[in-house]
Amino acid sequence: MDNERRKFLKIAGISALAGIGAPAIAKLTSTAAIAAGTEGHAAGDAPHAEEAASGKQYGMVIDMRKFIERPELLDQAIAACALAHNIPEFPPDKKKSDIKWIWKTPFENAFTEESATHLSKTIEEAQFPVLCNHCAHPSCVRVCPTKATFKQKDNGIVAMDYHRCIGCRFCMAACPYGARSFNWEDPRPYVKTINPDFPTRMRGVVEKCNFCGERLALGLQPACVEACKGSGAMVFGDINDEKSEVRQVLAKEFTIQRKPSAGTKPSVFYIV
Amino acid sequence: MYNKGTIIPGLIIFVLIVMSPVLYNGLKAGSVPKPEPPPGGEKQCVLPVSEMRDKHMQLLNEWRDEVLRDDERVTVVADGKQYRKGLQLACMQCHTNKEKFCDSCHEYASVKPYCWDCHLTPAQQKAALKKETH
Repeated sequence: MDNERRKFLKIAGISALAGIGAPAIAKLTSTAAIAAGTEGHAAGDAPHAEEAASGKQYGMVIDMRKFIERPELLDQAIAACALAHNIPEFPPDKKKSDIKWIWKTPFENAFTEESATHLSKTIEEAQFPVLCNHCAHPSCVRVCPTKATFKQKDNGIVAMDYHRCIGCRFCMAACPYGARSFNWEDPRPYVKTINPDFPTRMRGVVEKCNFCGERLALGLQPACVEACKGSGAMVFGDINDEKSEVRQVLAKEFTIQRKPSAGTKPSVFYIV
Repeated sequence: MYNKGTIIPGLIIFVLIVMSPVLYNGLKAGSVPKPEPPPGGEKQCVLPVSEMRDKHMQLLNEWRDEVLRDDERVTVVADGKQYRKGLQLACMQCHTNKEKFCDSCHEYASVKPYCWDCHLTPAQQKAALKKETH
């Protein structure tokens, strides 16, 4: 009797071990797993490799020489954007509620990776226009749990669907440029002039620059670009198209991008 | 049957409580609302009236996804008339009274769409235009 029980326990133990161990062994030895392993490795390498850009990617070159020469241009651009998109303007005591699509910031805040020691006086005092960079690898899109923010396939714009935004603010944490703002309160009472063709936003959603997707569809330039028309301070176009105006400017001038080491491949370039 | 005295009156009270909303309304749901036709006299919509009545919510969702996600902002042409895709851009251009059009049915059916948290009602659009011209 005892002998039988001993035998039974041995067999049961061995079969249990085999049952647990077999899938693991099968997984380790199968060719599919080996292939998957190398594929994973290759995918990990991709961000470092220089891949060929494909498809349309709208981008912008901002010429700081023009903005330093005529500081009023930037105010015009910001005002045009606010008007086009019903962006609220909060009183100074409600700074945390600020909604920013395009705004001003000094050199050392815009280009945190560049050394700001012994800057020239003009650069030190200049206000840089900053906005969503409509990155080729947007980190905000990767973290969005509801796909409320996404990269538009046909033009590379990092767009938002406010209907889907649940206000988790992951994207705000992920964006290296601080280009996203959260609606802490109903923005409507603070919108100065309402554009009847564009909606406002509601409390509890994140918003950001949309590169004027609604204006591009009508064949217009983005509102900020149009506001500095003729000055050449802002040039907009497809940065993957060699013949585009932006590429002509990029080919001619030395430009820098904001925080390139974040690996997001921003589409906004600055001539400083 | 045991405890007949408590069970039967209890059941009757229960049934009465459950039916109270129906009885309170006198077994009527009130008169069916008649949404106001466009005050401007437009007779044509993007789809026939019966289809709009059944499917306007699906159509609005489709338009939203096409415009925002796929960047297909092309206009819709119905019977030679062009419409821009959108609640503010198309629907409310003819149906200029949200209260008498949208709300009349939505209130009756107790539907509370959140369109107007962001989108502007025709009254708000008009007010904005007035302010602009001032």
